[in-house]
Amino acid sequence: MANAILEVRGVTKTFPGVKALDDVTFLLERGTVHALVGENGAGKSTLMLTLGGVYKPDSGSILLEGQPVSFESSSDANRAGISVVYQELSLVPNLSVAENIFARRQPTRALNLIHWDRLYRDTRELLARFGSEHIDPRTPVGELSMARRQVVEILKAMSVGPKILILDEPTSSLTDVEARELFANIRKLKAEGISIIYISHHLSEIFEIADKVTVLRDGRHVCDAEVDQINEEFLVANMVGRKIGNIYGERAAGAQAGEVLFEARDVGRKGNFQGVNLRVLRGEIVGLAGLVGSGRTELGRAIFGAEPADSGEMYLKGRRLAIRSTRQAIQKGIGYLTEDRKSHGLYLDFDIKDNLVANHLRDFCSRVGFLKRGKIEEFARGSVRDFRIVTPGINQILSNLSGGNQQKVLVSAWFGIRPDLLIVDEPTRGVDVGARSDIYKLLRSFAARGIGILLISSDLPEILGISDRVYVMREGRIAGELSRGEASEENVIGLAAGVLTRTKELSI
Amino acid sequence: MNFFQRLVRQREFVIFIIVLAVVVAMSFASPIFLTEGNILALLLSLSIQSVMAVGMVNLMVGGGFDMSVGSILGFTGIIVAMIMKAGVPTPLAVAIGLLAGVAIGLWNGIVVAKLKINPFVTTLASLSIFRGLTFALTSGRNIAELPKAFKAIGQTRVAGIQLPIIYALVLVVIGDIVMRNARFFRQNYYIGGNEKAARLSGINVDGMTIFNYMLTGVLAAFAGIVFTARMGAASCQAGTGWELGVITAVILGGASLRGGSGTVFGSFLGVFLMALISTSLTLLNVDVYWQQFVVGVVLIAAVLIDTLGSVRSAAGPAKKQAIGGKAA
Repeated sequence: MANAILEVRGVTKTFPGVKALDDVTFLLERGTVHALVGENGAGKSTLMLTLGGVYKPDSGSILLEGQPVSFESSSDANRAGISVVYQELSLVPNLSVAENIFARRQPTRALNLIHWDRLYRDTRELLARFGSEHIDPRTPVGELSMARRQVVEILKAMSVGPKILILDEPTSSLTDVEARELFANIRKLKAEGISIIYISHHLSEIFEIADKVTVLRDGRHVCDAEVDQINEEFLVANMVGRKIGNIYGERAAGAQAGEVLFEARDVGRKGNFQGVNLRVLRGEIVGLAGLVGSGRTELGRAIFGAEPADSGEMYLKGRRLAIRSTRQAIQKGIGYLTEDRKSHGLYLDFDIKDNLVANHLRDFCSRVGFLKRGKIEEFARGSVRDFRIVTPGINQILSNLSGGNQQKVLVSAWFGIRPDLLIVDEPTRGVDVGARSDIYKLLRSFAARGIGILLISSDLPEILGISDRVYVMREGRIAGELSRGEASEENVIGLAAGVLTRTKELSI
Repeated sequence: MNFFQRLVRQREFVIFIIVLAVVVAMSFASPIFLTEGNILALLLSLSIQSVMAVGMVNLMVGGGFDMSVGSILGFTGIIVAMIMKAGVPTPLAVAIGLLAGVAIGLWNGIVVAKLKINPFVTTLASLSIFRGLTFALTSGRNIAELPKAFKAIGQTRVAGIQLPIIYALVLVVIGDIVMRNARFFRQNYYIGGNEKAARLSGINVDGMTIFNYMLTGVLAAFAGIVFTARMGAASCQAGTGWELGVITAVILGGASLRGGSGTVFGSFLGVFLMALISTSLTLLNVDVYWQQFVVGVVLIAAVLIDTLGSVRSAAGPAKKQAIGGKAA
């Protein structure tokens, strides 16, 4: 094939105990966007890191424009024309946009001193190419929004003038509107003749942006397809190797939302959100949508007392809440699943049972305050069974579990406090399809038991898929409330972006 | 962000204002404070620490930490004095002393970067090893009556200014320029700011870390040579506990224990402030024991001003999502 820019032939890569890549073959055509999909652990990241020069394959070969290549480091791959945009942003928060983009390649003058004027000028040129002139090259990256950091990350990869750009989950921290901007930029790159490998969990994105798709499963190549000849179901079936129906599941028959469980009246927190009125009924899943920075997460954290609200009133089961700390919230029966499970939610170096009981140790204490091992183990075994956590045992260290299973541990840990209200923030970020469908099932089963759930998410299909009712936030205010019937993609985006204005008064 | 906002947000700015305030207050409080003699004495007293601080800030920006600089200072002084007594000519003895500093730094660096031992533990061990060695080699005795040529290194005046002051100022100026502008030294900001990112950007993290410890070592050795020459005798006790003073000054000057931030100029201001405090308290006839107390209060105050300031400017989601330093 004359048009192939990159060819991976029979590449195998083994880590202690795991065959991460098993005889994988992959062909990238010049000037195309080629999606790479698969569940967590399917080998996408390993393949990407192998192409990026971080790993060396055990066997097999990589051909770049027909020539076999072998990389010793990421800078080797860069020089050969392959650039990777990493999922975990590889930026240094203290340094400026310009210094991040030109890490180690800053233009210099005599004595290897940095030529600052040229550095800023080059950065401005790159920013302009992406229509991002509004970003000041001197701003420390730590002060930028996630979306802008993503732009910086891509520009960093672009600054070496690559022929092939690999994007790993580029939209995982972006909202829908921001993702659209990203797609526009990807199309621009494609038009410039750059070939792109696009890795994503969001199958809908693949149909929007990719030309071809390759599915990996358990380190093996499963199939290649032209995107316009397949549908989402086909991809899911190939990814998981079995048929999954509607991943969002169905509302339990006969389930009915009960009385008002939680109510916020005119709640505000200076600088984050204000005048928020919101209600969650018993057994209801309420979606809270909005752009990143619209105050969604801050509102969730305020209800949980992490950063308490400073105005307004909140009621749980009709009783006025005065929550000043997360400890009080837990005692009152409010749980909160953080969006950032790795740094805020879980103890990754501890085992499953320790994580499961961490937020309600009191329940496992004898009268004098010693922990009851047996009770903890019994509880942990029950949770692993009930919540379908895939693990060799309850003593497994959490960092050895997949992202989806870690998330299930977090969900079950919060269920353990027997909450009335559970706030879940981005519950499926970075979680693969199979585990996602499990998590949705869990949330539905909680609701069926009378728990009220407030679901904060940037994932629009998720919000629309499992919410009974949706609030949309914009610039720190509730922009509108949509019933299940009214909640459509257009309506939510319209409210979030401020195109649609609708203030449906709450009947309090 | 305009120039003034940028300026105010530098930690150097906070400490610069504090230094300025103390200087102004003292010039009113004490008639001899702003005399040439007092200023030179002040600079001389802080010159040795300044030399060590240049190495330390570079190391700490790169995410490292060195508890052994005081011991390296003492060890080098004794080694150089001993071999000169044994008949080794002064220039060669000085070269050997500097090499000893490089070697100890190399050892620290390899243990930290290659064997992945925590920097605090590694250099705490070195602190003990080389202080112990210093005492063992001399049985705790000091070495006096050193060659004239050697003492000249620390006692000569150029245009009325003692050489140690000149060494310190030259090193501070060069250090500040290269840490701000040289591509090679800038690499430390990437390493300290986000080590994984630095590796992915193709920076030789281990090599750079080893280099940083070597630089800290050789500057501590140089400080030891200058100090010994100035005193005219090598003492086993020289430099005991100074690592804490140097680290305090570097943090005062805006560096973070997590790495990724700090400047040479800021660190120099930190050293300057600490010397200023002791001079001022002496001039004001305050008991010498209060000096440490005041240094501690100033340290926590400077760090708090900085933290509270940045909390306010980074409130909201930006702060929460900021990638906090190096992964543990």
